[in-house]
Amino acid sequence: MKNVQKQKRANKSLPFFFRDEFRVSLVIILISVALLITTFTFDIVPPILNRGIQPATFPKALLVLIIVMTLLIYYLATKNPWKVEKKLPRSFFLTLSSFVIFVVVSKTLDFFLAISALSIFVSYCWGEKRLFYLLLVGIIFPIIVFIFFETILGLRFPPGIITNIYYS
Amino acid sequence: MDNLLLMLAPLFSSKLLLVLFFGTLFGLILGVLPGLGPTTGGALILPFTMTLDPLSAIVLLTSIYCAGTYGGAITAVLINTPGTPAAAATCLDGYPLAQKGEAGRALGMATVSSTVGGIFSVVILVFFAPILAQLAYEFGQPEYFALAIFGLTMLASIGEGSPIKNLIAGAFGILISTVGKDFMTSIDRFTFGINELTEGIGFIPVVVGLFAMSEMLTQSTLINQVLNRIALKAIKLPSKDDYKKTWKTILRSSGIGSFIGVLPAEGGTVASLIGYSEAKRFSKNPEEFGKGSIEGIAGAEAANNAATGGAMVPTLALGIPGSATTAVILTGLIIHGVRPGPDLFREQPDFLYGIFGAMLIANILFFIFGFFGAKIFARITLVPNKILWPMIFAVSVCGTYSLNQSIIDVWIMLFFGVLGFFMRRYGFSVVPVIIGLILGELVEGTLRQSLVIFDGNWLMFFTRPIALTFFILSLIALAFPLIRSRKIK
Repeated sequence: MKNVQKQKRANKSLPFFFRDEFRVSLVIILISVALLITTFTFDIVPPILNRGIQPATFPKALLVLIIVMTLLIYYLATKNPWKVEKKLPRSFFLTLSSFVIFVVVSKTLDFFLAISALSIFVSYCWGEKRLFYLLLVGIIFPIIVFIFFETILGLRFPPGIITNIYYS
Repeated sequence: MDNLLLMLAPLFSSKLLLVLFFGTLFGLILGVLPGLGPTTGGALILPFTMTLDPLSAIVLLTSIYCAGTYGGAITAVLINTPGTPAAAATCLDGYPLAQKGEAGRALGMATVSSTVGGIFSVVILVFFAPILAQLAYEFGQPEYFALAIFGLTMLASIGEGSPIKNLIAGAFGILISTVGKDFMTSIDRFTFGINELTEGIGFIPVVVGLFAMSEMLTQSTLINQVLNRIALKAIKLPSKDDYKKTWKTILRSSGIGSFIGVLPAEGGTVASLIGYSEAKRFSKNPEEFGKGSIEGIAGAEAANNAATGGAMVPTLALGIPGSATTAVILTGLIIHGVRPGPDLFREQPDFLYGIFGAMLIANILFFIFGFFGAKIFARITLVPNKILWPMIFAVSVCGTYSLNQSIIDVWIMLFFGVLGFFMRRYGFSVVPVIIGLILGELVEGTLRQSLVIFDGNWLMFFTRPIALTFFILSLIALAFPLIRSRKIK
């Protein structure tokens, strides 16, 4: 409890634009405004075909509601600041970057290879240095999962370097 | 009598028994592993259920739900980390008791109270779900709209964390449901020219992303955390003295859990906290709470398992999920072409009572597994995260891909994983997003159809007594956190 209060005090001492509540609220509002602008590009149903409200009205109302509520949480946070979150460790950013690697490899090279690469990369970054376990999570297990999905669910994985060899 | 026979049907089907056996076993493993749990596990297993008939698929999901909720207690007692959020209150007394060398007694009480709570809630489900379904015959579009709004406001007020943040998350969930072709006019919304988005954003990529992938990112921040595991020699049945001390608590918490479960909220998590605090309030020895009170374990565990049956009541009777896991079960029903609601009770009683019976058997099965296998399940917690999570990633990716064979779904899953991580970091619960996504179509569809019926006159909503009642209840639900915070001050 004392710790939380200490973290809250620490947050209060920061300039407003560095505080989490400001940054989070700003991101939500910016995204909501961008989406709100997008709703104005939706096609309009001619009155003769229109039943009830226009397709854009409901999302517009939701986005306005989200913006209003976000302003409200920011206002409340100025009185009762959020606690300061700990800095994210290196392992988090490595895991996050592995997601990006996965997207790139799965799109350009191979889906299976992407799973394999991510598994080995994450396991290694999280501290696994033993070769057998790296092979287990990066190759043996994905093969089991791949064959399981392929045979039981009749799934056809997207084409790629390895999957093409398997299917040919 | 006929219904009772229908309930016992799973006992006479070797296939259903096998499904129940594996579902319970799998649910226990999921419950034991911190960060996983019945919701994520249910979402991961959903693609596999496509190979099963509808009843077997839902039996599998419900048995995972019941056993997973109990499984969280094993980790809570032995490593002071709740296997599932619903077991958070169990840590408070389970771990101190285990530290005193009574881990077996703590787990014994958790197992007994979970089973009693679970069975109690199935009885509630059997009696109340048909009554609620009968009431639902009176519902038209405006009433369903008001009900869905009530569901979302309840989620905000009873759920964990800030009510406003919960409402934002719920509204965001509904917003996601608007992506794709508008179901009334076929006009594209938020598709940004991506063909794959015209069909909308699927439920599985969002759930797997928000639960499994965001948890993977959370675990990546905790890789240096050392967990002290207490060795378990054997699980023990509670003594006569323990039963004397706790039977009232177990019954009270079972009632509380069932009631909380019926409300669309975070089911077991909230139920266990209320069950625990009520156990403390009624206890003759409240000073023992937090130091290893057997009543504390009973209060929390009976309540969280009682919430399972309770949460199934609105899910089956109205198609409104009572918790995040029941939202997954609801998706399972929809994928298999079963539409929950009053018609289901009239047209497919064998299907429904089969589910009720399966839940009853699952509660008995996890009791047996818990007693004889807790020691083995406890060892599962030893699997290091650096091995476990890459494996979960492989299953998550293949499972998400398998549903539509779409790589875009996998990317959506990863996006929601990152989003879910930051949401949780800044105090936004991810559960309202799921419920919002599930209820989104219902909210928008009933609103628009009601406006057609009312010729665009909004005020007509308030002329319908049932809808008006739900709106008033929604206002009360919204005001409740304000009243609560003023009382605390």
